[in-house]
Amino acid sequence: MLFIITLNKEDNIMRAKLRLWLTFCVVTPVLLLFSNTGMAEQAAATKVVKPVSKAVGATPRGQVLSLSCSSCHGTDGKSVGIMPSFYGKTPQYIETALLEFKSGKRYSTVMGRHAKGYSDDEIHLIAQYCGTVGHKTK
Amino acid sequence: MSNKLSRRDFNKLLLSGVAGSAFGVFGGARSAFAAKNRVVVIGGGFGGAAAAKYLKKLDPTLSVTLIEPKETFYTCPFSNWVLGGLKTMQDIGQTYTVLKSRYGIDVVLDSAVGIDAAKNAVTLKSGRVVKYDRLIVSPGIDFKWKAIEGYSQAVSETRMPHAYQAGAQTILLHKQLLAMPDGGRVVISAPGNPFRCPPGPYERASLIANYLKKNKPKSKIIILDAKEKFSKQALFKKGWEKLYPGMIEWRGSTTGGKITMVDAAAMTVTTDFGVEKGDVINIIAPQQAGKIAFDCGLTDASGWCPVNPITFESTMHPGIHVIGDACIAGAMPKSGFAASSHGKVAAASIIRLFQGKVPAPPSLVNTCYSLLAPGYGISVAGVYKLSAEGIIEIPGSGGLTPLDADDEKLAEEATFAQGWYNNIVQDIWG
Ligand SMILES: Cc1cc2nc3c(=O)[nH]c(=O)nc-3n(C[C@H](O)[C@H](O)[C@H](O)COP(=O)(O)OP(=O)(O)OC[C@H]3O[C@@H](n4cnc5c(N)ncnc54)[C@H](O)[C@@H]3O)c2cc1C
Repeated sequence: MLFIITLNKEDNIMRAKLRLWLTFCVVTPVLLLFSNTGMAEQAAATKVVKPVSKAVGATPRGQVLSLSCSSCHGTDGKSVGIMPSFYGKTPQYIETALLEFKSGKRYSTVMGRHAKGYSDDEIHLIAQYCGTVGHKTK
Repeated sequence: MSNKLSRRDFNKLLLSGVAGSAFGVFGGARSAFAAKNRVVVIGGGFGGAAAAKYLKKLDPTLSVTLIEPKETFYTCPFSNWVLGGLKTMQDIGQTYTVLKSRYGIDVVLDSAVGIDAAKNAVTLKSGRVVKYDRLIVSPGIDFKWKAIEGYSQAVSETRMPHAYQAGAQTILLHKQLLAMPDGGRVVISAPGNPFRCPPGPYERASLIANYLKKNKPKSKIIILDAKEKFSKQALFKKGWEKLYPGMIEWRGSTTGGKITMVDAAAMTVTTDFGVEKGDVINIIAPQQAGKIAFDCGLTDASGWCPVNPITFESTMHPGIHVIGDACIAGAMPKSGFAASSHGKVAAASIIRLFQGKVPAPPSLVNTCYSLLAPGYGISVAGVYKLSAEGIIEIPGSGGLTPLDADDEKLAEEATFAQGWYNNIVQDIWG
């Protein structure tokens, strides 16, 4: 029942198309969600006080950004190990903590290294997701 | 020809700028009788089990079948701790009970032997055929047995274990270390990139050294490396000097590290520089994607599986997602953390595709802790995003434990290594 795919010249064309499509797929959602890291960093440099952004709740992008958190912090942020839980914390609490890890204001071994990988807008989406999803009471 | 048709459909989809093949290929192929969307997952390791759990967690209406031949999955993470006598096999065994009872995943104890992409069906070793609407393949690694003359699966199971798939291999290597006399020589051969768990061989050397220092202090460890540099190198070397002075010797590829041949009967390995004898010889052989991915044409010339980095859908065949060590995930290392990250992203994407929506571009994460001794831990972290070049590490993020980290910080990292293990296995199998 095995199938074998033979490589042929179509594949090169396919790769080229894939690349085109990837560019589209990466650029479009970024434009839609204003979540480009570069843009956010530029903005951060000129911002004096970070305005409190509007809450958006759990979004699909917030979800994919947040799913990795549970590997260290437990499913839905319910930690069974020494790592801090974030289950039950408010979106505001999580957002502030992540921003402080990112700036180095809050001490960490590894969390600061992670937080630096996200724009402030992405952190907002993560906080909105982690601060609401899986919670019995909001 | 069905393959041709799929490819044409795929190209059309790519051109139209719509994500994935959900609206064409799979929609047509889906059985009209299936009441639920069916996802079949091959492999219940870090990638597959995480994908299965999160598919059900994020959408309980899905029908999810997980195919895995082993009743107990022994994790490679912490298997080096077992080799060093710090953990038991029981500590690293995971089962599928919770995935079955709490998440309603149909766990089938069997191996996939074939995939019929035209019929959306997986054939199992028992002869059973399982139909899917989307398939996730997470078979981990296989070894390039022929890359080293004289090495074979039979040799790995008797004289020279790889211990790079945890279980019987871990037990064998551990027994050999226990049986080795004081003053013995442990040879560890590390492969070239890419391979599973880049810091793995060096954490292993550290924890074996920790055992030897206490029990057989005249012994030595020689790492023969097919590379010129390795993961967290400066941190490992600094730790070795401090913890195990003179015990661990590392040789890179240009200084006699690359092995070309082994002789199992004589217990020797041959490098460009000559023959080395070992009392215990651990051959971490060069690797490629797990056999089923290979057999089913999901791999490219590199021996790994090219995928679309948003959905982890195979670029060789639409409708099939390849995750974990087997896939080519750009700058991400082949780790359990990364595999579970792929699994969750693939799960979220598949759900969006079933809904006829465009999957959100993910960002992917990895952290790998290594223990050099009890209370001495180091880590590497990374956050990855998509670019037109594929998955790249975000500049300015991630990185290593600082080289000047004090004892307190190293102890903290060691504690977090245990905390990480407890949570990731709970997040995947619990
Ligand atoms: C010594 C060592 C230490 C490590 N330490 C760490 C660490 O600290 N942190 C970390 O993040 N990573 C670590 N790793 C890496 C980690 O183990 C792998 O990256 C991870 O297991 C990859 O997940 P996977 O799902 O791709 O493969 P696996 O976890 O290997 O799972 C593959 C599963 O698929 C099953 N399978 C294969 N073929 C079939 C088939 N045909 N049908 C059905 N089932 C099939 C197998 O039985 C297996 O259970 C370590 C690895 C080693 C070797």
